[in-house]
Amino acid sequence: MLAKSTASAYGGRPALQDPAWLRWTLIGTALAFLALFVALPLLTVFIEALHRGFGAYFAALVEPDALSAMWLTLLVAGIAVPLNLVFGILSAWAITKFEFLGKSFLITLIDLPFSVSPVISGMVYVLLFGLHGWFGPWLRAHDLQIVFAVPGLVLATIFVTFPFVARELIPLMQSQGIEEEEAAASLGATGWQIFWRITLPNIRWALLYGVLLCNARAMGEFGAVSVVSGHVRGLTNTMPLHVEILYNEYNFVAAFAVASLLALLALVTLAVKSVVEWRWGEDISGRRDQG
Amino acid sequence: MEPQEASICLAPPLSAVKPPWYAFVLGLAKVVSLSHERGLFRATRGSRGMLVRYSILPGFGLTLGISMAWLGLIVLVPLAALAIHAGGLGWSGFWAEVSTPRVLSAFRVSCTTALAAALINVVFGLLVAWVLVRYRFPGQRLVDALVDLPFALPTAVAGIALTSLYATNGWIGSILAEWGVKVAFTPLGIVVALTFIGLPFVVRTVEPVLQDLAPEEEEVAMSLGASRWQTFIRVILPALTPALLTGFALAFARGLGEYGSVIFIAGNMPGISEIVPLLIIIKLEQFSYQGATAIGTLMLVLSFILLLVINLLQAWMRGRHHVS
Repeated sequence: MLAKSTASAYGGRPALQDPAWLRWTLIGTALAFLALFVALPLLTVFIEALHRGFGAYFAALVEPDALSAMWLTLLVAGIAVPLNLVFGILSAWAITKFEFLGKSFLITLIDLPFSVSPVISGMVYVLLFGLHGWFGPWLRAHDLQIVFAVPGLVLATIFVTFPFVARELIPLMQSQGIEEEEAAASLGATGWQIFWRITLPNIRWALLYGVLLCNARAMGEFGAVSVVSGHVRGLTNTMPLHVEILYNEYNFVAAFAVASLLALLALVTLAVKSVVEWRWGEDISGRRDQG
Repeated sequence: MEPQEASICLAPPLSAVKPPWYAFVLGLAKVVSLSHERGLFRATRGSRGMLVRYSILPGFGLTLGISMAWLGLIVLVPLAALAIHAGGLGWSGFWAEVSTPRVLSAFRVSCTTALAAALINVVFGLLVAWVLVRYRFPGQRLVDALVDLPFALPTAVAGIALTSLYATNGWIGSILAEWGVKVAFTPLGIVVALTFIGLPFVVRTVEPVLQDLAPEEEEVAMSLGASRWQTFIRVILPALTPALLTGFALAFARGLGEYGSVIFIAGNMPGISEIVPLLIIIKLEQFSYQGATAIGTLMLVLSFILLLVINLLQAWMRGRHHVS
């Protein structure tokens, strides 16, 4: 809800009131900072994309290389996201429904890809599957290619988006406990019935949010994919890599046109997140760590 | 030059080719089956002295087994490959790769810019969190959603947008140019990109702590005669310190490894505005795998240290949180 003017969130507590001038100054500074660093860049994407008109915009989007980049991005995300969805649910089930030794260590390991530079996430696969890598000669002997081809893009994307679903689910499922599942099990429900009828309805919004974040990152990943792609136009270029190529060719309208699709994806992700948080806030309140 | 073509001539002769993963896969299968026989992965009856506490719920072995196998294949084995490659260099080889002036200055650039951006984010992140938690103003929900944009916007998109904004012919860049400040294609540009990337880490870490701050503490301070400023410095800020430090460390760690948003705006001059992740890519493109391995390993060690620090800070934060 939008209030008419600024007010303190602590209305009934006079000691916590800041004078109006201070409130306005702080709000103004915060908004100016956000405008300068966050809102303006977002706006720029769309303005630059459209400044030659809609004709040039759409021409850049239906160009064959752009279309093949979009297709490849959908393909990579379409493989990586479901795999990480399954992994996220399985690992969250094992971690939150059972007590075992080394659990917190396992959670740290799952979070590991977040603290690794994306460039390194790509590089490790080059070291494994590249021509000088461990499996390189064997792969070449069998005429298989992983790095500089689609499988490498998929692997690097899975690595980078590895923790997204699991870390949305784990805090929530931890806070929900196991009583409901235990009751169902003692009444004779099978594991599949328990998950389908009890657990899944309890976690569905957090799951949706995790999948959305995972998908946004999978489609937008740049650094890791850049290392394993080899930049073959029309073959191994995902949308972010296509944006880079167009930009480096000073084809700014086309670069920003493709970028605007990715920005739209980000906006949709944020919109769904806001709606979910607003309507089912308590259902996903187990989360909110540090993103 | 095509990377594939160049490397084909460097590859070992076909006679040396054998499937090196057979031993590994067989070994892994052996370990799993042995562990299963001895009940390591099974939910066992009785909790004391056992690795797993008994539970009536099904699926423990299956879910944990698949999770660990997937984790191992996707994350642990590749990272171990990097470590083993680095081990093959030896200390002197490692040091020779890492101690070149170009590598050292790349580390200097990455560290100082990430540090500067994290500091900016601590100040403005606290301000944004404060405004979002303490005040009500029109469009607040929109502003709240906007804070998460750097998480969701692909880094390459952020990179080209920031570059065209802060270039000397861009909206902001042209204003700054009149004052003689050049942002894009200088280290200052890197700081701008990393500030964009790191902002949500600080805001989203500080926000919940600020929300849970007991208002009574501030009221007590006030009734004991403290001014609002004194209350902020002596009561609020100390309570927020763990969260601020955590946010700082998260933003710094992210900034250190960031690639996509930086390379467009940085100018990438070796020694001046070349960051470590870019140098790794350059080494890889030159097939200097030893150099890339050494630099990458150093980066990995740095991020593990930061991860440890962040975990300790978060434990501290939780401890403080429960006390207050």
